[in-house]
Amino acid sequence: MIDFGYGLTPSATLKIENVQNPLFEELHRREPDVAKCIACGSCTASCSAGVFTEMSLRRVILSLQRGREKETLPMLRHCMLCGKCLLVCPRGINTRHLILSIGKVYGPDGLKEEADR
Amino acid sequence: MSQNVVVIGGGPAGIEASRRLRDLGYTPILVEKQPVLGGHLARWDRLFPDGVEARTVLGPMLQDLDGIKYFTDTEISSINRLKDTWVVMLSNGLSAQVRAILLTTGFDLFKAEKKEEYGYGIYERVITNADLEDWFKAGAAPQFDHVHTIGFVHCVGSRDEKAGNRQCSKVCCVTAVKQACEFKEKYPDVTVYCFYMDLRMFGRKFEDLYLKAQKDYGIRFVRGRVSEVSEDLDGHLFVKAEDTLFGKPMKIKMDLLVLMAGMAPAAGTSDLARMTNISVGDDGFFVPSSIVDAPCSSSREGIFFAGTATGPKTIPETLSEAAAAAMAIDRYLKTPAKR
Ligand SMILES: Cc1cc2nc3c(=O)[nH]c(=O)nc-3n(C[C@H](O)[C@H](O)[C@H](O)COP(=O)(O)OP(=O)(O)OC[C@H]3O[C@@H](n4cnc5c(N)ncnc54)[C@H](O)[C@@H]3O)c2cc1C
Ligand code: SF4
Ligand code: SF4
Ligand code: SF4
Repeated sequence: MIDFGYGLTPSATLKIENVQNPLFEELHRREPDVAKCIACGSCTASCSAGVFTEMSLRRVILSLQRGREKETLPMLRHCMLCGKCLLVCPRGINTRHLILSIGKVYGPDGLKEEADR
Repeated sequence: MSQNVVVIGGGPAGIEASRRLRDLGYTPILVEKQPVLGGHLARWDRLFPDGVEARTVLGPMLQDLDGIKYFTDTEISSINRLKDTWVVMLSNGLSAQVRAILLTTGFDLFKAEKKEEYGYGIYERVITNADLEDWFKAGAAPQFDHVHTIGFVHCVGSRDEKAGNRQCSKVCCVTAVKQACEFKEKYPDVTVYCFYMDLRMFGRKFEDLYLKAQKDYGIRFVRGRVSEVSEDLDGHLFVKAEDTLFGKPMKIKMDLLVLMAGMAPAAGTSDLARMTNISVGDDGFFVPSSIVDAPCSSSREGIFFAGTATGPKTIPETLSEAAAAAMAIDRYLKTPAKR
């Protein structure tokens, strides 16, 4: 092959059609409400952990739906399970329970930063 | 003698349907529980999308009530089926025996104090869309004079399982944008925010209004639902939301917050449903026999609907449904009664 002098960089596009996601399917089975999120951000805005950390439950849920959980799951380690998000969710999602289920389905390793795995 | 039809609720739907029924040769008996006719239209100042004054719509309607027997300050005491007729008793002691009843009881504005985290009824500077209409209507409002930053909160008591109202109230997005522009017109130096989850600008010219709000009025749109509001010692408000497009939570200081209270079912809906043995949906509004092609008929013979009694609608939608209901009633009354 001719070397044009370019390296291969990973595509920056979201390959949503390739999402093969048994873990998300499992989470959806246990916690059907995960699909009800309308990304309103109320949970993130009221989050006790969100003021000082990157914690955003809205982003966690979206990344799970897109099969890109590695990018956000480590955030959940900042969650104190205080349940404030549960009080404000307009879709009535039991967010606290959902966070616990995410922990169960994706396992303790899933929540670690890439480097610590 | 012309045949009577009972119309319950004297808002735009009830008045318009009564006029149409009269034109078709019937005598409508219009029953309104409030001291005046007009429903919510009587409270609004200017209407979306063009800012037409509400009184120029309602005024001519109220000038044209000849041939309509109307009773204000009057409620329904009972409704009973007698052979192929309905016997309606009014709280003023009168009664009527009719073949057709039209329910035009409209909606109730969602009680914003139910969303405690927004502080309506607790913080002075938190008001509703309806309060703002009152202020616009009154002209000068000294409350506005020292306002620098104001926010509009969309979906208050709509699209909210916790508030028990799952439905979208349909008119509040465009009302927020309309009110934001009006505010900016009166007070050009004020910074105006709209906090929305989705902007539902469905009607003709609504998108134009949105464009104008961005381009000409500089309204700042933030895609994020307000999660809570607090107040400091000086009475300033602190509004928390996530800017979901930017991906960061924020806390903004405001001088005034306007809650876009949505449409909830009218208080008497379930009582009337029980009296006439028709059903209400799980959203609390009356259920028409087909939402697609029979929006004015009910599951019971001789009971009809028009307007927001069957769910959120705009005024033009309400008025066309009122005309359709009058036609449906006319057709029903011209069909010989089944025994
Ligand atoms: C903040 C806000 C702003 C709006 N602005 C606009 C706008 O700019 N343009 C527009 O097109 N639409 C607007 N709308 C929508 C508009 O208000 C409705 O489309 C319209 O009022 C519906 O008319 P209606 O007759 O169905 O109900 P209503 O206006 O609610 O009238 C119902 C009437 O029935 C009476 N009633 C209720 N129950 C009983 C009972 N049991 N017995 C006797 N009487 C009873 C009530 O007292 C009331 O008078 C707005 C809505 C809101 C919430
Ligand atoms: S339970 Fe966790 S995610 Fe929810 S508000 Fe508390 S800290 Fe934030
Ligand atoms: S509050 Fe509920 S609906 Fe809104 S982003 Fe969070 S989980 Fe989703
Ligand atoms: S019209 Fe807009 S503000 Fe009103 S309930 Fe629907 S989305 Fe919310």
